Amino acid sequence: MIVSYLSTTMSSMEEPLGFDKLPSMRTIDRIQRFSATACRPSGEEMGMGNCWIEGMSCSTSNHYDEDHDEYTWEAFPWQRHTRDMSQGETFYRRTKSLGRNHMMFGNTHEKYNSKCNDKDIRNITNKFWKGIPRFVKIVEVGARDGLQNEKATVPTSVKVELIHRLVSCGLSVVEATSFVSPKWVPQLADAKDVMEGVRNLEGARLPVLTPNMKGFQAAVAAGAKEIAVFASASEAFSKSNINCSIEESLTRYRAVTQAAKELSIPVRGYVSCVVGCPVEGEIPPSKVAYVAKALHDMGCFEISLGDTIGVGTPGTVVPMLEAVMAVVPVEKLAVHFHDTYGQSLSNILISLQMGISIVDSSVAGLGGCPYAKGASGNVATEDVIYMLHGLGVQTNVDLTKLLSVGEFICKHLGHPSGSKTAVALSRVTADASKI
Amino acid sequence: MLKAKALSKYSGRVIAPLMSNFKESHGVDDFSNFGLNTLNGGNDEYTGETLFWSKQVGNIPQGNFIHHKYGNIQWNNMVHGNSRGAFYLSNGHYSSNSNDKSTRELPKKLLRNIPEFVKIVEVGPRDGLQNEKDIVPTAVKVKLIKLLVSSGLPVVEATSFVSPKWVPQLADAKDVMEAIRNVEGARFPVLTPNLKGFEAAVISGAKEVAIFASASESFSKSNINCSIEDSLIRYRDVALAARKLSIPVRGYISCVVGCPVEGMVSPSKLAYVAEQLCDMGCSEISLGDTIGVGTPGTVIPMLEAVLAVVPIDKLAVHFHDTYGQALSNILASLQMGISTVDSSVSGLGGCPYAKGASGNVATEDVVYMLNGLGVKTNVDLGKLMLAGEFICKHLGRLSGSKTATALSKTTIAYASKL
Repeated sequence: MIVSYLSTTMSSMEEPLGFDKLPSMRTIDRIQRFSATACRPSGEEMGMGNCWIEGMSCSTSNHYDEDHDEYTWEAFPWQRHTRDMSQGETFYRRTKSLGRNHMMFGNTHEKYNSKCNDKDIRNITNKFWKGIPRFVKIVEVGARDGLQNEKATVPTSVKVELIHRLVSCGLSVVEATSFVSPKWVPQLADAKDVMEGVRNLEGARLPVLTPNMKGFQAAVAAGAKEIAVFASASEAFSKSNINCSIEESLTRYRAVTQAAKELSIPVRGYVSCVVGCPVEGEIPPSKVAYVAKALHDMGCFEISLGDTIGVGTPGTVVPMLEAVMAVVPVEKLAVHFHDTYGQSLSNILISLQMGISIVDSSVAGLGGCPYAKGASGNVATEDVIYMLHGLGVQTNVDLTKLLSVGEFICKHLGHPSGSKTAVALSRVTADASKI
Repeated sequence: MLKAKALSKYSGRVIAPLMSNFKESHGVDDFSNFGLNTLNGGNDEYTGETLFWSKQVGNIPQGNFIHHKYGNIQWNNMVHGNSRGAFYLSNGHYSSNSNDKSTRELPKKLLRNIPEFVKIVEVGPRDGLQNEKDIVPTAVKVKLIKLLVSSGLPVVEATSFVSPKWVPQLADAKDVMEAIRNVEGARFPVLTPNLKGFEAAVISGAKEVAIFASASESFSKSNINCSIEDSLIRYRDVALAARKLSIPVRGYISCVVGCPVEGMVSPSKLAYVAEQLCDMGCSEISLGDTIGVGTPGTVIPMLEAVLAVVPIDKLAVHFHDTYGQALSNILASLQMGISTVDSSVSGLGGCPYAKGASGNVATEDVVYMLNGLGVKTNVDLGKLMLAGEFICKHLGRLSGSKTATALSKTTIAYASKL
């Protein structure tokens, strides 16, 4: 099996491989070889002496535009091939590409710089990095949006444990539950009990969904300190989903946000179907902007734009974001992409380039698509974190811990993880002798 | 129940509003131009049918059309000539509200360098199938290749002339080449690891070949038991022989971002290998993220390094989706101006380093994104999905393409699924 792989990926040889000649690698060797310090280029290569500045943010700005000497380093997570490898300290490396700084590849790069006009390349890469924020806040929706779409009812204790574990990963916002009628969402009928179970949990905000005043009051009674309301950019979807028009839903939410304001409870506004609707089809960006603005004007501190059926691509996401950003400040916007068509990470990437710095995701990609049986739904937090860290964006989330949370809940649900990163990292067996 | 009733009132009207939306926003009277037909590929399975909304899981409505509609949204953009213009057309509605000039300029910068046309190099029959345990009969391979060609893919990697001892799956290389001898409409490169393989390929009628080097010394040594330098010497012979017969050669480079042995791969080494392959006469260099660990943070510097020595029109990207990063890496590459992308129908071909993990990026997902970006590919997504369905049915497994999965599933709506 291994032999056939070897010869398949590479142009194969006719001579047998000298497996006995391959070095075997003990786990400990692998850890040492792939640890952060092993991979860190030496000071001279860095072109800046031996100076490593760890994790200092030198300004309040969240954008790369300014010149920062912030170098943090993270060992590639994929190099931690064994799960028992201790995380140690992690640093986050911001990749410096040609356009910004030559230091990453040190002097070896110089040889190739002179060979071509790299000014054009530099312009392109500058544009690539320019808008990407330094820090992205992840809003973890697995415990609510994820679980509510799972068939098997999850016991309260497991939900509470899940939330605790998510918080321990460094996630600063973990949507806890929803105060909707148990008739419609039986999975979250234990909302009150879940809130009780997380009452003393510190370190993260735990917003809950409240569809109306009744739900809001129940949420407050249960100890909720933050709530969320849900509107749609599609009239047909609004009517079919919550049985009222967009306008009517906004009226309803104005009452909720007013009541919330009186109690100093922040309200997050969700907008669904921001790109496409299963009923209406394409949704005009102006409609999305209208609903987003309405939610913002009524007092929502954050608006999460949801591609409910996952049909978006940068081609439709960009005009939509443009429209919304014209009426709501970008720092108040979050993106909530579904991975039904496998498009969410590229949509997130383009959103970051537009300046978006809040991303919703669900651990292990919990929560299938209710509109296409068997298709995926929420984007997996692990995959998002992997990309963000690879981009040098800080999240404060510990990927290793997150992986074990995903494992925990998937084990309980009895299905494999929806996160490719989690699957890869849990099965990579790169041992030199196996290659 | 009320909800279900409320929903069902939409069932009959679904198609009408969809159509009228298209008409109004795009001013097209004749829907046959919309690519609806192209999407359908003449197959009734995908024709629009009434959408029936139901709360029950079991009641499967024929809702395929709903999802295909999004294919249509994308197709609309393509139909419109300057497809990117279509995006900005809709912006006109609210552009006057915008008082933030920088927002207006930004998206153009983000999408400006993206090529108008992207060539997809389909590697499913070779890179995909070779990782399959069970031997696929020659007839199935040939049918797959033909289905792929009929979807419009311009390049389909047909097979590999490696020793059957190492790759039993492709032992029928000669027979496959014989069977596709007269298939027109696409190029059929084949892998040739050395001069012997090259000669066998030529005898079998190959008109294009590919060779395989590595950017990682350790990987090269452990994988093909020779150093990078030795492999390049070997390939120079192949390239020379190919040039004499006017046979184009494609050069693959593996481990362009990371290596399972070495970890991080030096971009300067990669640039060196790329330059060597280019100098020896390769008409195209495909940069492979063999273990799928790349993100734009590593891909962009990697591309920068190679672009310093190889012209961009000769470069292709071959990302693996092992960590789910392929599409975002492809997007970043497109923004850099890359215009050739390797992919595998249905995401055939797992990752040999992480059992059960995914490998090649699925062509359907790539085409979906490119369509959405208004990039021409000449690939008919509907027909492509048929090819994917065909091979997955034979292999007895689910598609590795999320787009294919979404588009082939019937829709079920739940009233309260908020």
